[in-house]
Amino acid sequence: MSTRPTESTRPVAGGSGTWTAKLTAWVEGLVPKGQWLPDRQPAYVASWVYVFGVACLASLVVVIVSGLVLTLGGVMWWHSSSVGHFVNSVHLWSVELFFATMVIHLWGKFFMAAWRGHRGLTWATGALAFFGSLGTAFTGYLIQTNFDSQWISTQAKDGLNAAGIGAFFNVMNVGQMVLWHVSLLPLVVGAIVGLHLLLVRRRGVVPPIGAEAPDRMMQPGSPRPAGPPEPSAPRPGPDMSSDERARTSSGTRS
Amino acid sequence: MSNTLAAATQPTPAGAVVQWGFLTITVANLVTILAMLLVFVLAVLLPFPAPHEEGEEP
Repeated sequence: MSTRPTESTRPVAGGSGTWTAKLTAWVEGLVPKGQWLPDRQPAYVASWVYVFGVACLASLVVVIVSGLVLTLGGVMWWHSSSVGHFVNSVHLWSVELFFATMVIHLWGKFFMAAWRGHRGLTWATGALAFFGSLGTAFTGYLIQTNFDSQWISTQAKDGLNAAGIGAFFNVMNVGQMVLWHVSLLPLVVGAIVGLHLLLVRRRGVVPPIGAEAPDRMMQPGSPRPAGPPEPSAPRPGPDMSSDERARTSSGTRS
Repeated sequence: MSNTLAAATQPTPAGAVVQWGFLTITVANLVTILAMLLVFVLAVLLPFPAPHEEGEEP
């Protein structure tokens, strides 16, 4: 029986010349194949120092979700109902955790010189995400609608005017600051964080100083390398402790 | 509602501060920064749990 395609199933001409094909190829080329969500990481990633980036990201998810819930209820809800108080507190403490983990992530990457290996843009977008988050948190303090926010806004107004940028926005305008906090700045921070994550996946996590990144051998589903570890990693020996053996094993699940 | 109004009109106390020369910092902020430094040092020093081999019982 013939399996030749009929008129309705035959592919139409166009192929790689169409803008959709070009866009698909561009998106696929942004990150090496298999690195969008890798299930294996180099052995040196098995360290607590590498945990704080994803801890920061997890905190950001809680910040965004609790913030979305707060927008459903509004100001009077989070001031006057017990559930509103709870969600408000979740939002506050997830922000505290977000900043704490982000700063520890920053310390770790700074002492690791994480801009090495063509990762300068990754470092720069991380710094931009930090400053963008500062602005977002600041506008959050301004929209508490209590004496605390009044005090912060009047003090900030003087500081921003002294810096010469007070003409572009008014921190004492609650309506403007609400929209900045729930719409404008989250979009900006979200875009920067998305670009940061894209660059991390594109370049891979930075290896510790003195180690070399493996040549993208961590493809998903690839068998665990059975041979000796990478040349950059010390070979586990009988004089090593169990912890050192674990650190120098050839690969680890992320 | 009166409780809410009362809570909103009672300013939160500033809390204790530590002064060292020209530096002034609240105890709460100082404790937070010291705790972050401790977490960072522990993250550098403490070993990460070793990954289990495939098929190995945890």
